[in-house]
Formats: sequence, C-alpha cells, structure tokens
Amino acid sequence: MREVAVVAFAQAPIVRRETERNEVEILLPVVRDAVERSGIPKSEIGFTVSGSCDYLAGQPFAFVMALDTIGAWPPVRESHVEMDGAWALYEAWVRLQHGDVDSALVYAFGKSSLGDVGEVLALQLDPYYLAPLWPDPVSLAALQARAWLEADGHSEREMAQVAARSRASARNNPNAQLAGDFDIDDLLAEPYLVSPLRRHDCPPISDGAAAVVLAAGDLARRVCQQPAWIRGIDHRIEAQALGARDLTVSSSTALAAEKAGVASGPVDIAELHAPFTHQELILRGALGLDGETQVNPSGGALAAHPLMVAGLTRIGEAAQRIMDGVAGRAVAHATSGPCLQQNLVCVLEAE
Amino acid sequence: MSERVYGIKTPIRLEYTYIAGRARSAFLRALAERRLVGERCPQCRRVYLPPTGACPTCGLPTEERVEVSPKGTVTTFCVVNLPFYGQRIQPPYVCASVKLDGADTTLFHLIQDVPAGEVRMGMRVEAVWRPDEEMEASAETIRYFRPTGEPDAPIGLDGEGG
Amino acid sequence: MSQQLSSQPPALSAPHELEYTYTRSVGPVTGRFFGALIEQKILGVRTRSGRVLVPPTEYDPDTGEATGDFVEVGQAGVVTTWAWVSEPLRQHPLQRPFAWALIRLDGADTALLHAVDAGDESRMATGMRVRVRWRDERAGEIHDIACFEPEASP
Repeated sequence: MREVAVVAFAQAPIVRRETERNEVEILLPVVRDAVERSGIPKSEIGFTVSGSCDYLAGQPFAFVMALDTIGAWPPVRESHVEMDGAWALYEAWVRLQHGDVDSALVYAFGKSSLGDVGEVLALQLDPYYLAPLWPDPVSLAALQARAWLEADGHSEREMAQVAARSRASARNNPNAQLAGDFDIDDLLAEPYLVSPLRRHDCPPISDGAAAVVLAAGDLARRVCQQPAWIRGIDHRIEAQALGARDLTVSSSTALAAEKAGVASGPVDIAELHAPFTHQELILRGALGLDGETQVNPSGGALAAHPLMVAGLTRIGEAAQRIMDGVAGRAVAHATSGPCLQQNLVCVLEAE
Repeated sequence: MSERVYGIKTPIRLEYTYIAGRARSAFLRALAERRLVGERCPQCRRVYLPPTGACPTCGLPTEERVEVSPKGTVTTFCVVNLPFYGQRIQPPYVCASVKLDGADTTLFHLIQDVPAGEVRMGMRVEAVWRPDEEMEASAETIRYFRPTGEPDAPIGLDGEGG
Repeated sequence: MSQQLSSQPPALSAPHELEYTYTRSVGPVTGRFFGALIEQKILGVRTRSGRVLVPPTEYDPDTGEATGDFVEVGQAGVVTTWAWVSEPLRQHPLQRPFAWALIRLDGADTALLHAVDAGDESRMATGMRVRVRWRDERAGEIHDIACFEPEASP
C-alpha cells in the first residue's frame, strides 16, 4: 500500500444558519486555506473529490457549482460522492494508490438550514416500507437509544455526560457552534424531544464546509513537517432494514476498526462522528477504546453538525492534532445512514 | 395467493429557502435598477455575468463589480417546440445564450419580437425591461431580448466577437 | 465602469419548493407483500436458513442469497423497542402523540417499523404486544396498515 498522509485541514466556522453567503462563497476561503497550508501549489494537486448532498439545497446537481472554488481549468481529475466528505477522502486515498498522482484535495460542504433536514433525511430510507411513514432521524435514533438503554443497564445520565463533555470541550474549538458548561442534572430535568432523547442528546442543525489535502510518500514529507499518516482506513455497511439489525452494537464499526488496525497500538485521541449521545457510547465499545483515549477534543458532532461535513471534519481534527504534535496516534470515525448504518474508521499516526 | 401490486405512488414535496448569496444578490438588485452588473476575476480578468462569486477558471473570489451593456450577441439558441409540465410560455418559443457587450459569459433568456426561424447565432439583441411599477430583484425583470437591427456580430472562439 | 464592493445589503432569499410525483415499480417480492395487505394479510419471506423476514426483501441480508417462499405471519406481535413522539411532524403517520416501534410479528424473525397509537406514553413498554389496525380502504402500500394498537385494554 502506498503511504498517504493528511498534510492540511481547514474548516469554516460552523453556524446555525449562514444567511449571507451561498455554498460556493463559504467554501472559497476554506479551500484556499487548506491548499495554502498544504504547501502544494493548486495547479499541482493531482485529484479533487467532494462530498455533499444536493437534497440539502434542494437543487439537482447543486454539487457542480462548488467546482467554481477549485478553478477547474485546465481540466482537472475530479470526482464527487453524494455522501459525507469522509467517503470522498476514502476515494481520494484509493485514487492515490494508483501511483500516477501524488496529492488530492478533498472538500465537503452543506447547509442544513435551507430545508427541513428531518424530511430530507427520511428520503434516504427504504422507499417502499419506511420513507412513506417519514420517520425523522431523531425518531430513529430514539428507537436505537431505548434499545441500548434497555440492553445493558445503561442510563440517560451517561448520555447527558457525553453531551456536557462534548460541549465543554467545544469551548476550545473556535469553529464549534455549541459550546459551554452544562450541569448534568439541569440537562436531565429537560423534557424529552422524542423519548428517550432530549434536546441535548441530539446534534445541532448546522451550515459549514471543510477541506483536507492528502499527499503520498515523499511529497508528504517534503511539504509537511509532521504529516498525519493514514495507517489504516476501512468502511462497512449494515443491512438497510432497521428491524434486521442489532441497533445496540455497531458491528460495521467493529469490523471496520479491525480491518483498519485500531487495536494495534494505543489510541491517544478519537474523533467520533456520533450525532447522538448514545451513539458515542456504542462506538466506543465497537472501537474497543479504553479510558485512556480522549474522545472528541473538538467537541464532536454534538457541538457542530454540518451534514456531509461532520465526518470529514473528524478526520481533519484528528489529523491536525497529529500534525501539531499533540497526539501520536489517533482514530477518526464517520457515519452515514440511520442509526449508524454505515461507518468509516481511519487510523492516523505520526511518523 | 394474493394478487401482487406493481407500483406505488410516493409523492414528495419539500420546502426550502434559497439563499442567493453575495454575488447573485448584488446582480439581482442591480437588475431592479435596469443595470447589468457582473464581477471580474482578479487574475484572468474575465467578467462573469451572472456572477457566482468565484471565477470557475482560477478558483478565486470575484469581487470587482463591472457594469455591462444591455446589448449583446446571440451565441447559441434553441427553439422549444415541446409542451411540458410547468411550461409558462406557449411553444414554439426561442431561448438563447446572450453574450452582453462587456461580459465574458452568457446570460440565458428568451428571444421575442422576431419569428423563431429568423433567430441566428451572431444576431444582435437588447434587453426589454418590465415597466417601472413591476421592477424587482429578479431575472424576470428582463422580459426578453429583442433584435436591435444591427448587423450580425462575428462569433469567434474564446470570447472574440460581440 | 467598475467599482469595488464596500458595505453590502443582506443577501436575497426566496422560498423554493421541490416536488416529485414518482410512481415506483415495486418488483415481485414487495409487490406480493403489498398485494396481501389489501386482503388484510401480512406476509414474510423465508431465507435458506429458515428465518422469516418481515417486511420481505428479495435477498437475505446476512448472506446476500435470494429469499425463498412467502409465509403468512401473525397480525400481532411484540414491541422490541419504541420511542414516544409528543409533537408529530406534518408527515408522520399519526397527528396526535404516538410511539414509533419496531414490532416483531408472531412468526417473524425481523421487526417491522411502524406507529403505535397507544394514547399515552405510559402504555408503552418493550415486550408489550400490539395488533395491527387496518386502514378501511386499502391500496396496496404500507399505509394499508394504519398503525398498531396495544393488544391489552388500558
């Protein structure tokens, strides 16, 4: 396998609603920032791939307009996934394995504020049996949360602790949307949104964008003092029917973690894409993390959740800490689909 | 054994807010004043109209505003003969790409006041605006383009002509 | 004439609707399930290992193999998990507070997702039995099951 590293990461400050700029205008400074930090001239980047969802904007082929931000002339090698940018990064990693190009720009963007995100996400469900009932993501996550609470004597207090810790950590993240200190008992006194989930158990609705630059082998060493090497990356998906899955464990995350080699070393930090509090606890178990690992120092998806961007941001945040010398080995995770249906696990290491 | 079903109707209706963004908002507001305002790329110097906020060639923000003429040249066109759901004009009618004098990209709009068979590449046209009381920040503020009667402009590659 | 931009008024916005009037072809497996709903029957499909999948899929999610025979399952079953919606969204199957539930019907090995019209959250519990409530006019789609209701009286 060819060695590939993250050599740059940039993101827009995440907000509830960006009323002034459209997606291209949000993305322009983010892409420019990432490319400048990479030290690789834009014209030399070998491959570009983006992650976004046209249904967030309600415009078919909306993703095409974002190409204005990369200046696609002379013509560039480019691709797109209608998924979180973490999967765009996976495609870039695969592309770099071919050996003919040495660098890739990965970007992701999305404005969840434009439509009703609950209705939009219901459209990703089975069109015959599920979508006509329009179950929203909070409802589906609540089904999973109750199953998890009842499976092993877990508690709503554990979930509230995840929320409080995430938003407290987010105070150190200038790009996070929700940050602050919250008292656990105050949180538990709040009414349910969809039981057993309360508002704090759920992610915010966010607008944002992020970009990562990947470089292979010697190029990475040349342009970056401490590249964040991708030592393992894998993604797996479970059955589409919710009633055919065990929602209390994340078997796809466990398998992806095994294939990515999570267990072959200590994990200093883990950036987990858990939009709901109980999901972080499920993922910790699936990844085999112990109490030594710092989880979501960025605040995670509970502090900022731009759809299509939050997963790529987990990889970027983990990589940045390796590039900054704060961590030696990190795990980043991204999820897609209802109740952790599809999961990507990435192991990042310093040299 | 039950009869089987062959299809189900799955009507979908989603409501959105469209945010025009900085560049398009400025363009639309200028239309309400009967002005056609594009943006110029700081590197390649091309003028984009309508502007998107970025130069698609250079990947840079376009911030310099440039007003262009309401007159231009038809670079290509099509005659719509087919009826379709949601159609607002009775076919046959002509849609064209119009390169306004001073812009490097084209605006897509209707061509009227001329028989469809006489529309041609290189034809010189000018904007026909709505009356004062109907002006608003909308592409429909231009009702259509009509021939100016000037001699045809040559259509060349890479923005020559017009 | 060119001018640099200085201060700017707020961006323009407008409402925008996206509408699709799809008719989806359902295929022979889903089509058979929907046909049975018209007759107030619920069908599952058997996998090679003998598991009964409800609702039926063309393939076994564990092995990817094509599924086999149809089998009728019960009109009632057990709630395996649930969630209480106190403020239904406009598209939800019920417009009064209700529970979503995964329901494993008698004879099935997988659970169906639907709504339970329990009236009050206190009536919901994992393990409770619920029974289908049929829609009066059935068209061969998932809404032919209007919802489920608790089998026991309050």
